[in-house]
Amino acid sequence: MNRTIITVIGKDRVGIIAKVCTYLAENGINILDINQSIVQGFFNMMMIVDAQNSEKDFSVLCEEIEKVGDELGVKIKMQHEDIFDVMHRI
Amino acid sequence: MINMFEVRETNKMIEENNLDVRTITMGISLLDCCTDNVKTICDKIYHKITEKAAKLVEVGKEIELEFGIPIVNKRVSVTPVALIGSSCCKTKEDYIEIAKTLDRAAHTIGVNFIGGFSALVSKGMTPSEKLLIESVPEALAQTERVCSSVNVGSTKTGIDMDAVKLVGETVCKAAELTKDSGSIACAKFVVFCNAPDDNPFMAGAFHGVTEGDTIINVGVSGPGVVKRAISEVHGADFGTLCETIKKTAFKVTRVGQLVALEASKKLGVPFGIIDLSLAPTPAIGDSVAEILQEMGLERVGAPGTTAALALLNDQVKKGGIMASSYVGGLSGAFIPVSEDQGMIDSVNAGALTLEKLEAMTCVCSVGLDMIAIPGDTKPSTISGIIADEMAIGMINQKTTAVRLIPVYGKDVGDTVEFGGLLGYAPIMNINRFDCSEFVERGGRIPAPVHSFKN
Repeated sequence: MNRTIITVIGKDRVGIIAKVCTYLAENGINILDINQSIVQGFFNMMMIVDAQNSEKDFSVLCEEIEKVGDELGVKIKMQHEDIFDVMHRI
Repeated sequence: MINMFEVRETNKMIEENNLDVRTITMGISLLDCCTDNVKTICDKIYHKITEKAAKLVEVGKEIELEFGIPIVNKRVSVTPVALIGSSCCKTKEDYIEIAKTLDRAAHTIGVNFIGGFSALVSKGMTPSEKLLIESVPEALAQTERVCSSVNVGSTKTGIDMDAVKLVGETVCKAAELTKDSGSIACAKFVVFCNAPDDNPFMAGAFHGVTEGDTIINVGVSGPGVVKRAISEVHGADFGTLCETIKKTAFKVTRVGQLVALEASKKLGVPFGIIDLSLAPTPAIGDSVAEILQEMGLERVGAPGTTAALALLNDQVKKGGIMASSYVGGLSGAFIPVSEDQGMIDSVNAGALTLEKLEAMTCVCSVGLDMIAIPGDTKPSTISGIIADEMAIGMINQKTTAVRLIPVYGKDVGDTVEFGGLLGYAPIMNINRFDCSEFVERGGRIPAPVHSFKN
């Protein structure tokens, strides 16, 4: 298991989840949890995914998913779960 | 499981409050490079550094992407060169040749600074160590990325006043040799008392002789994060204030620990320590001065400044020490003038003087750091300022350091621009009364009575 957090923030529009999920599916990344809300027109999503079965390097995935975000006009960030774990859990 | 609120808090720290890992510094021992021939030693040094640290920058970038946190600097520190050069360096030029080799190695592996062109002379200087100190001005003027430091005192040994006199002259000469670039060589030269062996921060980093062959030390940062956290408890009592700083320092240090362990694993190099320091940069909001002002001071330098800094430093340590099992280096708040916009503003407003900065160094790491002074300052005056700061370190059993820049051709009221991480600085006024007779005495100030603990 390679648990990774994906955050998507930006102006809401049609097809954000669809496009992000398509990218993940094409790269063998399994979604474990999705949490999404719209606050004052702003799209806010956090996904927990497992990137272990992806053939691509983590750094390549980070760059590619950022590009998916650029196409959608939203900011997408992919980070290993550990950084949040160490900061918020003892 | 991690929730959205926590993810957002972490990313806000990174994106809005300049949370970063300030440096991954790889310590490399050069003791096995010793020979009696300058050319051979240079070859050996170059090969060892470029081999051991070949992947340092690449791994740093990988970790940055993996966790989404900037790692600002990747650096290398080496064994104090005076130790490894003692058997082969007979002239200043020999030492300068080693400095150039270090510079070349730094360029090859892509690190922005390499530290360790250093001498540890807290009790006395060997002829070779003296030679290295004398070669420092030229070595720093002729290289770009080499940093140098000299440890002239410690609580255990007292202060070597012959070395203090010599480094005063060294600083002046370095300033003159780089007069066309704001006397920049002085920004790469630090004088220490009680220098730590495992400090990851430049310009004072070197790989101590007590260390293993290679090691990874990490310096965390995050003044902006601390400032934002305490702005949320505006007006609360000291208990709440301290608790807030402590919690924030804990979170910041945990990230440093994660990065350090990951770097250690990927490079196959043992993890040494985390340096819990609040290191400012010239970026807006990345300032230690602003933290002190957020606590309720109009400007840094106002009465209460030393107390505010003392509590900040202590809470950062208390929070950090629980977050990592191995802490070391300098660990505290840095108060460089040029690298901190809030400090610069306080100097320009007339709130902050050299004397107040000296008082502040009694309660924090590290010392009189990146302070620009008039270019016509006498070497003996610089030695006097260094002696004062060394005495504070010696008596208080703490690390103190001095990085003064007598900017050639400039006087109080002028400004000097260094660029990049080093920022810019207003020239500060200094006390002009003479101390040359004191400095000229020569010899050694004995160790203080409380050093005898055996």
